Amino acid sequence: MSTVATILGELTPAYWQSTLLRVLIIGILVPTGALILAIVFLFKVMAWMQSRLGPYEAGPKGLLQLVAEVGKWLQKEDLIPRGADRIVFKAAPFVILASTFVLYAAIPSGPDPAFAANVPTGVYFILAVSSLSVIGVLMAGWASSNKYALIGGIRAAGQLIAYELPMVLAAVGVVILARSLNLQDIVTAQAQFHVLGDFGIALPFIVVQLPLFVVFMAAVQAELTQAPFDMPIAESEIVAGYQIEYSGFRFLVFFLAEFATAFGFAAIVSTLFLGGWYLPIPGLADDLQSGWWYVLGPIILFTKVMIVSFIVFWVRFTYPRFREDQLQKFAWKWLIPISLAWITLTSVAVVVWQ
Amino acid sequence: MTAVVPDAEQRAYVAAQAADARVNVEFESEGMTLNIGPQHPATHGTLRIVAKLDGEQVVSCEPVPGYMHRGYEKLTEVRTYPQINTLVNRLDWVGSFANEVPFILAAEKLMDVEAPPRAQHIRTILFEMSRLANIVLFLGDLGAQMGGVTAVFYGFRDREFVLNQIEAVTGGRFHPNFDRIGGIKDDLPKGWIAETKVAMQKVREFCDEVEDLLIGNEIFKMRARGVGVIPADVALSYGLSGANLRASGVDYDIRRDGGAPGLAYDKVDWKVITHVDGDCFARCWVRLQEVRESVKICEQLLDTIPAGPIMAKVPRIIKVPEGEAYAETENPLGIMGYYVASKGDLTPFRVKIRTPSFNNISVVPWVAKGVYVPDVITILASLYFILGDIDK
Repeated sequence: MSTVATILGELTPAYWQSTLLRVLIIGILVPTGALILAIVFLFKVMAWMQSRLGPYEAGPKGLLQLVAEVGKWLQKEDLIPRGADRIVFKAAPFVILASTFVLYAAIPSGPDPAFAANVPTGVYFILAVSSLSVIGVLMAGWASSNKYALIGGIRAAGQLIAYELPMVLAAVGVVILARSLNLQDIVTAQAQFHVLGDFGIALPFIVVQLPLFVVFMAAVQAELTQAPFDMPIAESEIVAGYQIEYSGFRFLVFFLAEFATAFGFAAIVSTLFLGGWYLPIPGLADDLQSGWWYVLGPIILFTKVMIVSFIVFWVRFTYPRFREDQLQKFAWKWLIPISLAWITLTSVAVVVWQ
Repeated sequence: MTAVVPDAEQRAYVAAQAADARVNVEFESEGMTLNIGPQHPATHGTLRIVAKLDGEQVVSCEPVPGYMHRGYEKLTEVRTYPQINTLVNRLDWVGSFANEVPFILAAEKLMDVEAPPRAQHIRTILFEMSRLANIVLFLGDLGAQMGGVTAVFYGFRDREFVLNQIEAVTGGRFHPNFDRIGGIKDDLPKGWIAETKVAMQKVREFCDEVEDLLIGNEIFKMRARGVGVIPADVALSYGLSGANLRASGVDYDIRRDGGAPGLAYDKVDWKVITHVDGDCFARCWVRLQEVRESVKICEQLLDTIPAGPIMAKVPRIIKVPEGEAYAETENPLGIMGYYVASKGDLTPFRVKIRTPSFNNISVVPWVAKGVYVPDVITILASLYFILGDIDK
């Protein structure tokens, strides 16, 4: 009798042990690995769109660009302005990064909730958590004791709050169709979603929720404070806004958080509108509990995340910046009415046809 | 005597006015003074703009130049004429060759020499190419100012084609120092004309690209249309020149309307671009079209370079006879002029440099009143200044 097998067979981890394991995997390993892959990928995309040379020339196949950039930031002095509120100033980037990592915790990447916490009100949870980053932004803006930082922080607060609303409304349409707030249920619902007659395959919600998908993507762009909604960090106006006083490692954390949040939101978009970890693969399409999904699920989700973040960065590198008032007008006069109208349509359709 | 009793309607009106006034008082904030610059990416240099803000609205703002003052006007008094050539290269540093030309023209006027036709042609080609190098960078930089970073990279990439050609002739990418009194330093290298035509085509493509990416973009139009409107009379009274003036609807271009002799603009067919709006969009649009016109000028001149010498007969040691002369040309940024007073020495007695950017930014306090902070950046970007050109 092998003792190892006995031990493994009798292994029933306590709640805190499995929780710790999950935190380690979801909080650190998965995002970090995905981030590095994704940043390298996005550097390439960025360089390709903007005709930058670094990501194609630095090192073998340009892979060392990330190392070069991170190395550059790590070398720099960690400056804290004299008038700054030191504790708040130091904490701010990590608050933003933390809100991002909590975001990952609720995204299902396989049929079993083992990969992520199975939150019964998942949509509610991620939307709430994603808006936590505004606290970090406000902290950074206020604590820097810099006028530009303050303007940036206030702009960010105004913008993030204004764009929470279209984002939530855009998610409502999906929730109505899936009849659940649970992200896992939303994926399953898309795996069984046969709309407008049976085509033989299930379709993701984007097919009937395209306007809301567009609204959601616009809101995501604004939540990420990326162009065309990058007023809070507009470097030509308010010189990177709330990030102005940060240098070295803390700036690196901001930078990582920016990318990490982009992928987090991309994962949310893929889960809500693109079917999450599910893909109608012949032979596997009906058997949602098949062991293959544990392998394929994360890969499918990662691919979808990459596609969505490609779109996010594509828009970012194409459009110039809105002005503050134009941004608010865009949210209140276009995004919110569109999503309200489409929610009404969806509700009527659901009542009529189902 | 009976007291005047206001009727109910009037009392209601007064009460409403008072309530309204109170609300306005409550909304009034103390205001904040924001220093845009001296080190700020939007000023691409060390221009300082002191803006008094109410919220994000600009109550008043004032440009404070002088952080990069190098005393060129004074320095010219202790430099010989060829040396001054090197000096003035550093005024508008993105289109350097254009700085030399008006000074050389003023000196030529004083010495009463004229460059041979071939030299005039090549001079005009290089002059227009420095305009391209300058405005292509402007169009790219506009992207950075407006938040679309991509255009910057395209601008720098395609500007390089022009700079390479300038370098091939003059040996200097940034500071050619190529113009001489009575002609130019060297003749064109072999195969240069064909290569330059390729570069011109690249600039054309860049113009189309920028028009797709930036100038034609809806968000850009939202940002720039109707913002920073400068009417024609204001533009004239502040002494604006170049594309800023033409964007206000004033049809005035020294290249056509008789600048100093010594350039070959009368031998080509081109158009002066104007726009009636006078806003930020108009200024950017006029510059974009001017790049296209400039490419047209270059291509025509490249086809018609006459044969002949490139230097007139000029003494080896240049002594400019006593007298005063003023020459001005239509530089990339606007009208640049040199007033040279000579006492017959090796050095000028006094040189007054009229640089376009100095006048162009003087209109900022007038035009940036009551706009938002982002609009200040749009206005500054569209007015287009180079710090070396302001501070001298």
